[in-house]
Amino acid sequence: MMHRLRKSSNWLIAYVGVFLLFLYAPALLLPLFAFNDSSVISFPLAGFTTQWFAAVLDNDPLHRAARNSLIVALSTAALSTTLGVFAARASTRYEFPAKRGMLGLVMVPMVLPEIIVGVSLLVVVVQLGLSLSLLLIILGHVLICTPFCTAILGAAFQGLDRSLEEASIDLGRTRFMTFVLITMPLVLPGIISSLLLSFTISLDEFIIAFFLTGTEATLPVYIWGQLRFPQRVPGLMALGTILLVVSLLLLVCAEYFRRRGARTMGRQEQGGFF
Amino acid sequence: MPWGRPRISPEAASGLVLISPTFIYALLLLATPIAAVVLLSFWTQDYLDLQRTLTLANYQKAWSEPIYQSLMLRSVKISLLVTVATVLIGFPIAYYIAFMVPPRHRPIWLFLITIPFWTSYLVRIFLWKVILGYGGVINGSLVGLGIIEEPLKFILYNQGAVVLTLSHAWLPFAILPIFVALNKIDRSLLEAAEDLGDGPVRRFLHITLPLAMPGIVAAAIIVFIPTIGDYVTPRLVGGPNGLMIANMIEVQFKKANNAPLGAALALSAMFVVTLISLLFLLAVRKYLRPNQ
Amino acid sequence: MPDNDVAPQPIIQTVGVDKSFGDVQALRSISLEIEQGMFFTLVGPSGCGKTTLLRVMAGFEQPTTGHVIIDGKHVAGVPANKRPTNMVFQNYAVFPHLNVGDNIAYGLRSKKMAEDLIRRKVSEALEMVGLSGYEARPSHALSGGQRQRVALARALVLKPKVLLLDEPLSALDKKLREQMQSELRHLQRNVGITFILVTHDQEEALTMSDRIAVMFSGEIAQVDSPATLYQRPCSRAVAEFVGFMNFLDVRKLDTDSGRVEIEGLGTVEIGPRQAPGGFDGEIVAGVRPELFTILFDGEPTAERLCTGRITELQYFGDMTYYEAKLDGIDRTVTISMRNTSGREVLEVGAKARIGWSPESLLILS
Repeated sequence: MMHRLRKSSNWLIAYVGVFLLFLYAPALLLPLFAFNDSSVISFPLAGFTTQWFAAVLDNDPLHRAARNSLIVALSTAALSTTLGVFAARASTRYEFPAKRGMLGLVMVPMVLPEIIVGVSLLVVVVQLGLSLSLLLIILGHVLICTPFCTAILGAAFQGLDRSLEEASIDLGRTRFMTFVLITMPLVLPGIISSLLLSFTISLDEFIIAFFLTGTEATLPVYIWGQLRFPQRVPGLMALGTILLVVSLLLLVCAEYFRRRGARTMGRQEQGGFF
Repeated sequence: MPWGRPRISPEAASGLVLISPTFIYALLLLATPIAAVVLLSFWTQDYLDLQRTLTLANYQKAWSEPIYQSLMLRSVKISLLVTVATVLIGFPIAYYIAFMVPPRHRPIWLFLITIPFWTSYLVRIFLWKVILGYGGVINGSLVGLGIIEEPLKFILYNQGAVVLTLSHAWLPFAILPIFVALNKIDRSLLEAAEDLGDGPVRRFLHITLPLAMPGIVAAAIIVFIPTIGDYVTPRLVGGPNGLMIANMIEVQFKKANNAPLGAALALSAMFVVTLISLLFLLAVRKYLRPNQ
Repeated sequence: MPDNDVAPQPIIQTVGVDKSFGDVQALRSISLEIEQGMFFTLVGPSGCGKTTLLRVMAGFEQPTTGHVIIDGKHVAGVPANKRPTNMVFQNYAVFPHLNVGDNIAYGLRSKKMAEDLIRRKVSEALEMVGLSGYEARPSHALSGGQRQRVALARALVLKPKVLLLDEPLSALDKKLREQMQSELRHLQRNVGITFILVTHDQEEALTMSDRIAVMFSGEIAQVDSPATLYQRPCSRAVAEFVGFMNFLDVRKLDTDSGRVEIEGLGTVEIGPRQAPGGFDGEIVAGVRPELFTILFDGEPTAERLCTGRITELQYFGDMTYYEAKLDGIDRTVTISMRNTSGREVLEVGAKARIGWSPESLLILS
């Protein structure tokens, strides 16, 4: 029996290996083609070049799209985390009528196809005769990010001992100062996770952005436009590599700070950003 | 007050005040626009004019014309296949991380699973096109190894390619909830089952799987519903026979300039996936009792 | 209003306080007066409302009806941060992201005090609780007992009129708890601040307090000194909750003469002090275990005697607790005996002569 068990776990480990290969296949190809000296994306590889990265650095429409995406993602992160703080605080701390229904509506976008959000906002904008803009994309992104922020922050507020806040008030602080001095520092890891996740979702979101883009494109919308031109694709591979490296660095930094924060609070190490 | 007013305690009032910004946001930017879409779906587009008399014409079209019918059926089929594939592929991985990876390495493993997704979604899908394409990685290696002489054409631009690419994209979303459910299982329950004479297979079927059901159900819903709305993957790797309903919705809203029909299609698709999800939840409800 | 100005002004007073949460009534017309400088304890089984009462005093809960007066001032609507009370929480609520010094300075810093004065007060407070030099310690590195002291110092450094302690010792192990009990008592005497302690542990209440209020299901059953509470409980419920009490049925009762016939003990005359609740309702006779004596050979006889047989015993070294079935009735009583020199420990099954005195009897309802 022990033997059979060992054997089945060997199968499982082999399966995990195949799975990781499948999972990483695109990510592994990305740098290969980004440094490949050929404008055709296929094997065999032609040689090493950094010209595609140079092209990325010297591309004004791309810079503009990247700047737009940064504006959208930063605003979305700030707004959806703020809305998430309100919802998470209300849901973990208070009982009130229609609580489930209200929270339910807030959480709906988590299981709603993004195309529905894009279409419905487009309909309203067209009916009201407004023009498409980055602001609209931000509003749509905030809608789909808020449920994730609420979930992450809900967990953070849930772990907060209520008597800490009561102790602060008992020691003479106002509710506001208690929130600033006690609540905020203690849920800070949750807030950072929330900002990071919503920033990343927004930065990469295409479907809603595509519906709501006017004259100013975000990065995914720009990439979509470029995919039609084969000669532009190697540059996109370079861009994809840069995005991967930057977001990984960002994540590692954030994880480092989260752990440091957890250590100073003497909390048990648990979970990552998920 | 002379008339009866519902008594609201100060605590309930604080809760309502706190949730109101988020709730009002969702009300204004989600509920209201969706209501607008519903309204629009009962109007008709007459070239450039919008006819504002209420009619079921769009729904009639959406449900009876063969092109929409077949697109709808195909979309549901693809979404279901993707759901089944992600849960089946993802479960052993979640199981491995929850039961065979030591606890302090688990966060790193979860991180490992999400790394490939920290680059552009579009670039990732495009790379699948590269892997599956005529001069792509698979054909290149197969030809190079002498297994085939001519590159295979049937692996790209079909529904199979769409299912594969979408499954890849949604795998982490399936693994995470299943992992959470498995990780919550009290290890002493498994030991008790073994102590009472269950072999590994029986133990898995009678203890592990039922307790993991909430995670599996969550994974299925999280993957199934949004997948129906994807139009990037079918466009890039689906070919003409791999398109899905979302592509048609996009066409109606943009090129065809028939927003009311697009709205009716979108709502019909939502209705179908919601109905299937509810039937699914009903079927598995006995596993979801919060009595663990 | 006060027609007796000799009595000291109570530092904290509750007048007809009711508190309900939805349909649950947690407090029913609680009226208490607590004098300045007391060590006052609220004791009762869990769910009796003692913590709610403490939180009403602290200002975390508003009474549904009735009001609280602290140091002569009505505090209705005054929030916790404006009251001259401070609290030590059950789990101490030491801020995990601040070090010990910042925890203790937390309340002082909101008072716009000079930083060097704050520093001096913090170090005095730490000295008071025996943690001198701990200012820079991170709070997660503290043990349970140290957390407790930090929580105490943090509250006392603000010189509150009343210090409220919510089951502060329940999380500590037995040895540390006993040590902290005496330290708390000393501390209270030294600072002279009124302490109001909530506990479910009647022994803790008896050893630490000047006065005790016993609470059952939202109501105060009795307020007295520990000795009075133990010796003259006002009801069967209080007698059962505070210490151990043997109960025996009353067979016959003559209200006029105060003569009662008690099963196994015979007829005795009861003075008015022995029936604090009167003779109304369903009454029983109560005797504390130490007021029965097993008479060994050569020891002086007691006022009254009965006989019985030992059915069970628990040996504690200094004490032995016997269960004895009294002859003639179907009931056992518990008897505690100090194991002074020369006294043997009886075995199960041994016959015993049991002495008692009529004054030790209580009639309770």
